[in-house]
Amino acid sequence: MTAESMVNTSIPAVEEPIPKEKFRHVGIDEKKMQAVVRPRTTYWQDAWRRLKQNRVATAGLILLILMIIMAIVGPMLTPYDATTNYLDNTHQPMSSEHWFGTDALGRDIWARAWVGARVSLMIGFLAAFINAFIGVVVGGIAGYFGGKLDMIIMRFIDVMISIPSMIFIVLIMVIVGQGIIPIILSFAITGWLSMARLVRGQVLQLKEQEYVMVARTLGASAGRIIFKHLIPNSLGVVIVNLTMSIPQAIFTEAFLSLIGIGVKPPTPSWGLLASDGASVLRVYPTELIIPAVLISVTMLSLNLLGDGLRDALDPKMRK
Amino acid sequence: MAKYILKRILISILTIFVLVTITFFLVRKLPGDPFSSEKMQPQIKENLIAYYGMDKPLLQQYFTYLNNLLHGDLGYSLVYRGRTVNAILGESFAYSADMGIRALLFSTIVGLLLGIIAALRHAKAADYACMIVAVIGVSVPSFIAGYVLQYIFAIKLEWLPPAQWETLSSTIMPVLALGLGNLALVARLMRANMLDVVGMDYIKTAKAKGLSPFQVTTRHQIRNAILPVVTVMGPAVANLLTGTFVIEKIFSIPGMGRHYVSSIQNYDYTTVLGLTVFFGTFLVVMNLIVDILYGIIDPRIRVSK
Repeated sequence: MTAESMVNTSIPAVEEPIPKEKFRHVGIDEKKMQAVVRPRTTYWQDAWRRLKQNRVATAGLILLILMIIMAIVGPMLTPYDATTNYLDNTHQPMSSEHWFGTDALGRDIWARAWVGARVSLMIGFLAAFINAFIGVVVGGIAGYFGGKLDMIIMRFIDVMISIPSMIFIVLIMVIVGQGIIPIILSFAITGWLSMARLVRGQVLQLKEQEYVMVARTLGASAGRIIFKHLIPNSLGVVIVNLTMSIPQAIFTEAFLSLIGIGVKPPTPSWGLLASDGASVLRVYPTELIIPAVLISVTMLSLNLLGDGLRDALDPKMRK
Repeated sequence: MAKYILKRILISILTIFVLVTITFFLVRKLPGDPFSSEKMQPQIKENLIAYYGMDKPLLQQYFTYLNNLLHGDLGYSLVYRGRTVNAILGESFAYSADMGIRALLFSTIVGLLLGIIAALRHAKAADYACMIVAVIGVSVPSFIAGYVLQYIFAIKLEWLPPAQWETLSSTIMPVLALGLGNLALVARLMRANMLDVVGMDYIKTAKAKGLSPFQVTTRHQIRNAILPVVTVMGPAVANLLTGTFVIEKIFSIPGMGRHYVSSIQNYDYTTVLGLTVFFGTFLVVMNLIVDILYGIIDPRIRVSK
């Protein structure tokens, strides 16, 4: 339908004039003029809308969700167990029986890959959330109270952050022993530092804002101001940083497993799968390629999502 | 400025001291000991422990170690009999430093170029191509890049030697794999900075006063955009350094990273300690240099701190 025909059909032919009594004088209502007609867009709705418009970030989000779904249902789709050895059935190629083939001990790689996804994703998400939590609390306190407390905390962070975290993580892993919990623990000890620094910077800026002054004059407690005003308002930065630290944790787990101090075999993780695959790379390259692709795709999706979130949550971008 | 530098130096010294202390006591907590792996007579084991001073109180060992450290003596390796940690460091550092410097130069130069090209061709094909490279570089861990390169170019195509660090051709793959992440980081940062800077008033002024587009780009845009890239050089060196742990393993390069990993697995206390102290000090000093450099280049930094 062309624009012209639409105009023609939308205006009905006027046959007789509308009688006068059908009109009513409404006048001007001052209150109604000021009323907000449309629903308000909150910061988060606005951010979500902007994120949805960003096709690359949406693709990242979808990939990530797919990965999580596969981590949940993947192992159920095959009758094989991730840790049972079938020594008469080693290094099978991909087939309808074993979708990703089998490894050096005859274990089904499809099952191992998705159980490994559970382990690696859990390490990534848990480590990132613990880091964010500690970082937000410490950074919030340091930034809000300032003075001596802030100085002590910040000097401590300055000192600790200059020490390469990988060295600490490696040492802690060796001392505490291999496993999922030690990995998360060793990440938590080193990972919160940069988050605390970031949150402190945010809080320092925010606490000079008028609404914080108003809250203080109205008698709000420090805890209320920190948790109700300062932290929610710096959450954007925290979320972006959190998203970016998940792939970091996944990478570090893979790294540790590769040098032999990551999760404890036979528990599969992507790092351990890559490590196993790397040892037979020359003959059975798919055994490395599968975990390598899974790690890379997950890191890619999280990076894309993180970039999109940064743009979506940046108040400067808000129009 | 002097106050700023002094403050940074003091923090760095404190950092190194904390690092040495924490690692010393952490390393002593390592399970197992270097002498139990071999079937040796208890008497000999005791003698060895006494020889290395490991029977003395821990605090005394600590002060002895600090004292030796101040004289630049990192002690003897517990596993490689008769070799000092200094000697191990001396042999292996050359490989790691060579690889690290090449990777740093390669990744920074190519990263800057990609970032500049992407920004100048903003929202065009070249921009998307550069950013795809950058996103892949950030997402593919160095060890995966290393294995994939090794498989394609050494095992399948046989164009490059699969391992070692001898001829120029053998250095290509390790440097590529190690530098990829940093390349991507620098490219993304440079592109973002270039696009930030392009809207600034001084660019308009430069255009208005009649400079050629080339001069505006090189003298004003690139110069100002490159500043923040200096700040990521500290973390970049740290990433490259830890990257050597696996890259050296993949390509069988006898560098520090490989020694570090193997000495942990061998419970070689003094070597772990020595290498950690060296790694840490090296990085702290690198960060110090970057901080001071940045303070010199950008006066706003030293005022705000």
